Amino acid sequence: MSWLTQIVAVSALNLRSLRQRAASSGVAVVGIAGVVIVFVAVLSIAEGFRRTLVTAGSDDAAIVLRAGSDTELTSGLSLEETRIIADAPGVLRNAAGAVASAELLVLVDLNKKGVDTPANVPMRGVQPAAFSVRDEVKLVEGRMFEPGRSEVIVGRAAAGQFQGLEVGRTLRWGEAAWTVVGIFEANGNVAESELWADAGVVQPAYRRGTSFQAVYVKLESPGAFERFKDALAADPRLEIKVVRETEYYAQQSQQLSRLIRTLGYLIAILMGIGAVFGAINTMYTAVASRTREIATLRALGFGAGPVVLSVLTEAMALAFVGGTVGGLLAWAGFNGYQTATLNWQTFTQIAFAFAVTPSLLVQGLTYALVMGFFGGMLPALRAARLPVVTALREL
Amino acid sequence: MKHLHLVWRNLLRRKTRTMFTFLSVAIAFVLFGVLATIRVAFNYGVEVAGADRLIMIHKVSFINFLPISYKERIKTVKGVSDATHATWFGGIYQDPSNFFSQMAVDPEEWLRMYPEFTLPEDQKKAWFANRVGAIAGRTVANRFGWKAGDRIPIQGTIFQSGVWEFTIDGIFDADREGVDTNQFFFHNKYLWEKARWGDGMVGWYIIRVGDPKASAEVAKRVDALFANSPYETKTSTEKAFVQAFANQVGDIGAILTAILVAVFFTILLVTGNTMAQSIRERTSELAVLKTLGYPNGLVLAMVLAESLVIAIAGGGAGLLLSWLISRQGDPTGGLLPAFFFPPKDMVLGVALVLALGFASGLLPALRAMRLRIVDALRRT
Repeated sequence: MSWLTQIVAVSALNLRSLRQRAASSGVAVVGIAGVVIVFVAVLSIAEGFRRTLVTAGSDDAAIVLRAGSDTELTSGLSLEETRIIADAPGVLRNAAGAVASAELLVLVDLNKKGVDTPANVPMRGVQPAAFSVRDEVKLVEGRMFEPGRSEVIVGRAAAGQFQGLEVGRTLRWGEAAWTVVGIFEANGNVAESELWADAGVVQPAYRRGTSFQAVYVKLESPGAFERFKDALAADPRLEIKVVRETEYYAQQSQQLSRLIRTLGYLIAILMGIGAVFGAINTMYTAVASRTREIATLRALGFGAGPVVLSVLTEAMALAFVGGTVGGLLAWAGFNGYQTATLNWQTFTQIAFAFAVTPSLLVQGLTYALVMGFFGGMLPALRAARLPVVTALREL
Repeated sequence: MKHLHLVWRNLLRRKTRTMFTFLSVAIAFVLFGVLATIRVAFNYGVEVAGADRLIMIHKVSFINFLPISYKERIKTVKGVSDATHATWFGGIYQDPSNFFSQMAVDPEEWLRMYPEFTLPEDQKKAWFANRVGAIAGRTVANRFGWKAGDRIPIQGTIFQSGVWEFTIDGIFDADREGVDTNQFFFHNKYLWEKARWGDGMVGWYIIRVGDPKASAEVAKRVDALFANSPYETKTSTEKAFVQAFANQVGDIGAILTAILVAVFFTILLVTGNTMAQSIRERTSELAVLKTLGYPNGLVLAMVLAESLVIAIAGGGAGLLLSWLISRQGDPTGGLLPAFFFPPKDMVLGVALVLALGFASGLLPALRAMRLRIVDALRRT
């Protein structure tokens, strides 16, 4: 019999007799599935958070902040500066003029649903061009705010996470009462965590005079960025920093994603080691309970290799089942779960959904197979090394 | 003594299994330690917040400023024994990812308000006297290798975007665990002198109350004093303030904690089962011991000793390891300042270790004890 047929034969025998070892195999499967659930679930938090920020940026948009600032909250620009920026070369122009929106960001204290302490919800004062710079923003309920009035439109995610953000409600914050007039969507990106209002109304309500914090511009093309940046850098009237929108948002997601990933990997590795021990114990039991069978096979002329591989195959098969079940459960249980947290880098709340992506599922399954491999290795070697004669005599 | 030897031989009989069981228990308790540490970390040290301190911020949000003139007015409120202020600087040292909090404060008032920050008397004096002086927490100082006398350039953001030069006059420690030393304090005077704006304004006030039980009323009185002024205030206890901040992190901390709890108990269950299994397999041996005249109590004690040895060795190793991990400090570079293994969770951990040892040994041991020798011997 060829080596390959031997492997297939022994593996098939093993797999078919799995039912007799259902209890201990079940423990191994559950153990591995558990690890994969946790692994995928924790990483889906980081992934969802990252995605919310990363999809917010587009290649042909740029953000201008004061030199030295890395977030809008620590930035500040004068009206004069924002005009110079809007007039710079490389900025896209349409019928209404330059597609550039000078904006300011303030914090509003609102309670999260189910929590009675205030959270820092970002409110953005925008200029009309904001809707051309971010063309993904669409009203889905109510109407647009009217310039000059204390009205806000609310991101879909913010409306879902914080108390009182319903169309028609009037709330007090800053030095004015604000009426929620509409709800908007923005492809699930970070803008949906914000409240938007007319910049001209936000400025006096927060005593900001005529100052802004950032200018969002749409460029003529992604390639126009360098031209725009160089022109601004060369202007002696400005002390600013220009970043591509994509980079700006990617950088903002760094710290929190890193934190969650660090913790996620730490937990997953510790658990993985635990699950490997579980798998090893299971496979040892499996091998031990079949000592005589294996010896018989060896006596019949089956080689050590096929025996090793068959035990490994069994372990990997169990791991595969565990990995698949775990991944599916994580997907069913966590994908799309809506939550909000504090982004330390911006000091503001950001609402997002857990994202169980195909790549995370593949990672989870791979991890399961690795666990199965290590769990099966030692017992497989033990099986191969069994001295045939003594093993036959056992029991 | 000879019985202990028997216990020991039993443990060594299947070395690999004993080894893996030991390791599983150790892993479970490492997870337990990590869990305890993360839980505290996501609470930002609510536990160590001063019970007799209040935090007063601008009513609109904590990024809005308050006038310095409020300080003397706060001190006139009944129940207030001291007050000082702080302003968030938000500068960048070399790279934005090198985060640590920088605050402009009144040095003498500040150290009086926060006695948990300790530093040598001569460094204190040097700092009080040096207008561009600053003190750095042990965590920051270790991270960047700073020592007293160093000149540190920090890139300004909110107040003035140029480079600000500071002299490190001292390194402070915390007198208890969980107090954030990833911080940097400097003279408020220096801030006002160099900043482009914000003269006469401060970020928030810290108020000490004479009687912590009266905190709520004092907070109300303070807010009432500034009601209808151009800068209305919102005052809460330091604990509530920190708790509100921790709540902002929201579900994520809770989810991670819940996951870890589930994982810990699953591993415990599986491992406990394995330990019990290894005793169940030897029921007939236990019957032999009983045939030889071993009293029930002794058999029970030996079985329990065996599972306790594994639990204590594994659990002890796990707790020790997780304690060592937590000693490494915050793995995120400043996002979770209160990163330590709380002693009360350590006690809980030890209790769980003992519970595991007893629970996994007791059931099979009791069963073995009650068995009729003949039945047990007949089982293979």
